[in-house]
Amino acid sequence: MIRYIPRFSRTERTLHWVNALCFLFLLTTGLILYLPSLSVAVGRRPLIKDMHFWGGISWVSLLVIIALLGDRRGLLRDARELERFDRGRLNVGQKINALLTAAFTILFLASGLLLWLGERDTRFRFASTVVLHDGLMFAALALFVGHLYLAVIHPATRHSLRGMTRGSVREDWARVHYPEWVRRSS
Amino acid sequence: MDDQPEPRRYGRGLFLITVAGGLSSLAWGKAAWSHVSGVVSPIAGSIAPILPTQGWRIYTVSDHMPSFDPATWQLRVGGLVQQPATLSYTKLRALPRVEQISTFHCVTGWTVPNVHWAGVRLNDVFDLVRPLPEASALQFVSAENPYVDYLSMQQALLKDVLLAYEMDGKPLPREHGAPLRLVIPDMYGYKNVKWLSEINLVPHPEYGYWEQLGYDRDAWVGRSNGYSS
Repeated sequence: MIRYIPRFSRTERTLHWVNALCFLFLLTTGLILYLPSLSVAVGRRPLIKDMHFWGGISWVSLLVIIALLGDRRGLLRDARELERFDRGRLNVGQKINALLTAAFTILFLASGLLLWLGERDTRFRFASTVVLHDGLMFAALALFVGHLYLAVIHPATRHSLRGMTRGSVREDWARVHYPEWVRRSS
Repeated sequence: MDDQPEPRRYGRGLFLITVAGGLSSLAWGKAAWSHVSGVVSPIAGSIAPILPTQGWRIYTVSDHMPSFDPATWQLRVGGLVQQPATLSYTKLRALPRVEQISTFHCVTGWTVPNVHWAGVRLNDVFDLVRPLPEASALQFVSAENPYVDYLSMQQALLKDVLLAYEMDGKPLPREHGAPLRLVIPDMYGYKNVKWLSEINLVPHPEYGYWEQLGYDRDAWVGRSNGYSS
């Protein structure tokens, strides 16, 4: 009989999927604003701009609300887990991905707010804001593509997706990929 | 004694360095980008042309971009002139053609170096309509309603001010204001009105679309809109 072991909590999974959906929404609306060919094809820039701005505000607000209403103690445990670059429930690559994603969220929010405010008040206008916002997009896209490949396509690792959808993974798979975690948690 | 070494604590450091590096780039990002994208030195490994945007972004203020039909398009030139004129696309192209290479600066921070423009000088249009002595400014009306902007006569007669119908060797693309846009390289892009449909000579400059929303009326590159070079 196949045994499953719990991997990600309900709060972690909710945060992950809300983050993923919001990122895709912001990437789509952002690319329409950024790429000339898409700007021409879609038009309606004022509407897309509003969708992108309010999408960004909703993204960060939802993450904060879920964190506050969810398993806060568990999230603090996650933060401590990310602090140590050892192999446990997560490997070092996954930890770097999570830390960079969190840092990018703060930088996307700060640069996005500055772009929005700068259009309204020159005190918030910096020539480099747009460079930062665009650079983040390329960096976040690269992380996202790598993450997607490992979570959905690469045969050896794609079972991990179950941990993020159903919350648990096969124990025999975990023993191969995360032996230290299985040893510690059993 | 524990033979397991204490795992290295890098997490917080990586997070904080990334956030700090990103925020500090507000001070150096544009300068660094200018170096790698070829704005400073066009030969030094320019990467802007391989970007999907080629350095440009397309800003519009209405829901639909105006489209251009050479058969019906007209540029009306009127206001304080002796002889108002309506130029068809053919008539526009028959005016003396000039070419120039200039750098395009957007007030939001991006720059496209060495854009190759072709078009007509305002003086050649003035020869047709003969401005009245009391005309001391120009109103540029875009087909993208309600976009409008103004230049003083002095600004409009600066050396590199052009009514451009070609960009980088091709007819001006739709997203860049086809068939005709204003180019004034010394001022930020929002003064470079796209989709020109009307030029009126007026007694004095008024506030254009973005200027009514707080942007500077005299949008000199590097010394307006909160920037100082």
